Amino acid sequence: MSPELMTPEQTTLETSANTSRLANLERIWKDPSGFWGWFTHVNHRSIGKRYMVTAFIFFLAGGVLAALMRIQLSRPENHFLGPDLYNQIFTVHGSTMMFLFAVPMMFEALSVYIVPLMVGNRNICFPRLNSYSYYVYVVGGLLLYAGLFINSGPDAGWFAYVPLSGPDFTPGKRSDIWAQMITFTELSALAVAVEVITTTFKMRAPGMSLNRIPIFVWAQTIVSFMVVFAMPAVMLSSTMLLLDRTVNTHFFNPAEGGDPILYQHLFWFFGHPEVYIIFIPGTGIVSTLISTFSRRRIFGYTALVLSMVATGFVGFGLWVHHMFATGLPQMGESFFTAASLMIVIASGTQVFCWIATMWTGRVVLKTPMLFALGFFFVFVIGGLTGVMMASVPVDLQIHDTYFIVAHFHYVLIGGAVFPLFGALYYWMPKITGRMLNEAAGKWHFWLFFIGFNMTFFPMHILGLRGMPRRVYTYPTSMAWGGLNMLASLGAVFMAAAVLIFIVNYFWHLKKGAIAGDNPWNAATLEWATTSPPPVYNFAELPTVNGRDALWDAAPDQPIVGGLDEDSRQILITKVMDADPDYRDELPGPTPVPFIAAIATSIFFISTIFLPSAFFPTIILVGITLLIWYWPKKQPSERRKRREIWEH
Amino acid sequence: MGTLTSTSRPVLNVSTTPTVVFGNRSLIWWGQILMMAIEGTMFAIFIASYFFYRTRVSDWPPGFNVPALKWGTLNVVLLLLSAAPNVWVKKQAEEARLRNVRLGLVLMGVIGIVNCAIRAFEFPALNCRWDSNAYGSMIWTLLSFHTFHLVTDTCDTLALTVLMFKGPLEGRRYEDVSVNAIYWYFIIGSAIATYVVIYWAPRWL
Repeated sequence: MSPELMTPEQTTLETSANTSRLANLERIWKDPSGFWGWFTHVNHRSIGKRYMVTAFIFFLAGGVLAALMRIQLSRPENHFLGPDLYNQIFTVHGSTMMFLFAVPMMFEALSVYIVPLMVGNRNICFPRLNSYSYYVYVVGGLLLYAGLFINSGPDAGWFAYVPLSGPDFTPGKRSDIWAQMITFTELSALAVAVEVITTTFKMRAPGMSLNRIPIFVWAQTIVSFMVVFAMPAVMLSSTMLLLDRTVNTHFFNPAEGGDPILYQHLFWFFGHPEVYIIFIPGTGIVSTLISTFSRRRIFGYTALVLSMVATGFVGFGLWVHHMFATGLPQMGESFFTAASLMIVIASGTQVFCWIATMWTGRVVLKTPMLFALGFFFVFVIGGLTGVMMASVPVDLQIHDTYFIVAHFHYVLIGGAVFPLFGALYYWMPKITGRMLNEAAGKWHFWLFFIGFNMTFFPMHILGLRGMPRRVYTYPTSMAWGGLNMLASLGAVFMAAAVLIFIVNYFWHLKKGAIAGDNPWNAATLEWATTSPPPVYNFAELPTVNGRDALWDAAPDQPIVGGLDEDSRQILITKVMDADPDYRDELPGPTPVPFIAAIATSIFFISTIFLPSAFFPTIILVGITLLIWYWPKKQPSERRKRREIWEH
Repeated sequence: MGTLTSTSRPVLNVSTTPTVVFGNRSLIWWGQILMMAIEGTMFAIFIASYFFYRTRVSDWPPGFNVPALKWGTLNVVLLLLSAAPNVWVKKQAEEARLRNVRLGLVLMGVIGIVNCAIRAFEFPALNCRWDSNAYGSMIWTLLSFHTFHLVTDTCDTLALTVLMFKGPLEGRRYEDVSVNAIYWYFIIGSAIATYVVIYWAPRWL
């Protein structure tokens, strides 16, 4: 039987009845408070906020390491850091920014917090897996920094190329720590990818057909698919590295038929899609900001979504352009040059859609929009140097120089950090209920923008003048000192900008203007509830009437009714048109994901030191997963009494 | 449960929608399929790496006899045959025939245990060690990776068997049996790929 649309209720119900209904929803959906309660949370916003705070702390830690490097490089023949410590610092800086900040922030944190709200549901699907993914991620990050603090920080670069990272050239535990950090963080990203895809396809508000999904949700879904197919490659390559180091396999040992080039293939088969995994959320954010702050619908919705999908596909066909210097067959190199140039078509489509939106809209220059425009400028420069490097002869000339360092900071900071700050100014009112300070926001933007260009633009020139990356110092006679000093001064500006943001954040918690439900008059469903939202997200579950849910809503837009409100029951909808499909029940608060994450951590970390620990620790993980799965009697019987089987 | 609202907006009443569904309607199916996509990618990468090593040397397998066929073939044949009871138990679950589901799960559990036991004989039959050379590392890891899945699904099946006998029983358990059967297809499919690569690629290449 299909669900029917009932006539409007004529009687105005008493307010007290509604208050008690909301109190009941609050009781059903609330996670326990207090110290021990913290370990049992399964609410997507609770976990999403933790991801944001944790990833931001790692961003600051990575930033401190960057500052140390800039101090060291600010003048020639400096002895502030020695070569060994410098190696550890640039490796941990890169690994932090890629694995502990960029992906967890752009993908996990923002998806987990925003996607369920944007599709109009009460939680993310698989909420226990969600909290498990968070704990696993945190332990992975702590492992990396524990290594650094005991002088066992990885030191072979963020991609840990063999043979340098292998058993012959890096004895000790440095590379093992790096390899298991990868396993932790990628496990966490894979778990979130599964949740996001399922939430997007099966948990949308009725009426939100595929062609009405907000672009940000599309972006995170496309990224999820990329995570599913890219992350396994790096999990395996780092595991193979670990096996070579711990149980004497020979995957990358040329003396026994292994091959270091295979490591590079596997790493970059992940590593190139990784760039898009970091950057496509940025395009989703920028599309959202540009539509809201141009006061019109996004221009070219279909073209934008398809160009993101195209980026997702083509992103898997580019990895060899990271390996042009390895002497691969010329035919293969030509193919990857062509594919690398092809990505420009998709990126170009996106940029032109955004320009058209702004051109035909009424642009409001609030702080989030400034960051979107900053993204334009910086990312386009990064994109242009990317096109240059797709050409094999150019690539060989600038390989492993500071030109590359400049390029990828333009792409990654442009493609991720600028949109991220825009997103934080934009969504913070929803998260905390108060507005960040606009004036401070503008200072933040300009200092960051100027500082960024001061730091990284000179690196293009340094690279062309021959300065190799990853050197801890350089002789005076190379005449690289002036530009390096300029770059280091730029870093001071960037640090000041981030400091302003942090002060602004703590200021706004107490003094920021009260945001209200929808301070930007935006179109997506997260703005259809209070700021911050209640634990059940929406008092009345919404339905959707058009691509811009709030702008297109009818005056008497229907709401969803008929869900059991004595359990965490949610509505599941159909993939294509989001018609009501069935009702499912999400699990409540439980410490089991935390315990399972601890067991997983014991498994991962103990095998670094003692390969034979594999068997007992994997059994431990299995036991915790069985406890996780084992159904509880009471809710099970309640569900059974009310079951309606599919027909 | 009636829904109380403070507004007079129309209500889309979903109280008559089902609570027990199978296949791609249900969330757990999506979770399972995506996990299979992840694991399948891992198998594909291992197999691609195997052939990458093949291109690096002239003799294959390098320095060893080809793996002996007996146990591997026995195991893959048994796995192929197990598809029949697997189809059956999936259908029984979707029709909520408890007695048949119990029977099917016991049978699948026994098959899984036998598969795991035979697998133990496959490793010595590889005729090399994981630390002999890159080829040895590769086939040991590939076979171990499949074994890891085989053991996992066997444990899942045994856990489900206990639940179907002991309770608490509800529609979700039948969904789980159905999804677990899909996972077993994945075990069979990846076993065929693993078998062909480990046992036949050295003979053909």
